[in-house]
Amino acid sequence: MVQLVYFAWVREMVGTDAETLALPAHVTTVAELLDWLATRSDGHAAALADRSRIRVAVDQQFAGADTAISGAREIAIFPPVTGG
Amino acid sequence: MIAARLQAQAFDIAAEQAALLAGRTDLGAAVAFTGLVRADDGLVALTLEHYPAMTLAQMQAIADEAAARWPGVFGTAIHRHGRLLPGEAIVLVVTASSHRGDAFAAAQYLMDWLKTHAPFWKREEWADGTARWVEAKVEDDAAAARWD
Repeated sequence: MVQLVYFAWVREMVGTDAETLALPAHVTTVAELLDWLATRSDGHAAALADRSRIRVAVDQQFAGADTAISGAREIAIFPPVTGG
Repeated sequence: MIAARLQAQAFDIAAEQAALLAGRTDLGAAVAFTGLVRADDGLVALTLEHYPAMTLAQMQAIADEAAARWPGVFGTAIHRHGRLLPGEAIVLVVTASSHRGDAFAAAQYLMDWLKTHAPFWKREEWADGTARWVEAKVEDDAAAARWD
């Protein structure tokens, strides 16, 4: 099981700030996770439609599309950051 | 040592700089930068959302990188979260060093990286009742990338 957490407009479009999911065996990278998540609901699909506007952190470390997620406990999905 | 802090409450710029400099006679320069909520046409509030499990650790990693690049620089970096009104301060960077060049450079690096590599998101509320999430700016990414 992995905890997924969402922030900003990704959270609003998905419709929840967190969910705990069992990932299928074929989902082993960030890119594969996003592809799979997008099939879960219309909200997920809308939030993840433009991957250029999506950023991911795996266990609180910024990650890329090819980052492995096997064994991850928490994966965060959010827009590009806008602090400062 | 550059210390990062995350808080909802306001900060006191003079007190933060005084605390940084207390007891030191070897420092010749102190730089303080404050980022403010700007009242763009009809903006009534700005809410900073963040990733509680990651934010402070990421801020401290940025501060540690700045301290490694400019070993003679001491500093404090404070970022607020929550709902802020126009005119309120969002972020404070205070740096000090023996000469001004390193203090200026470290402060600019800290701000460039806090804007682009710390998990905060700004949500704007407008007088007509609408709200929108601020889009990341390519010029901010370019400002951060110049330090690579």
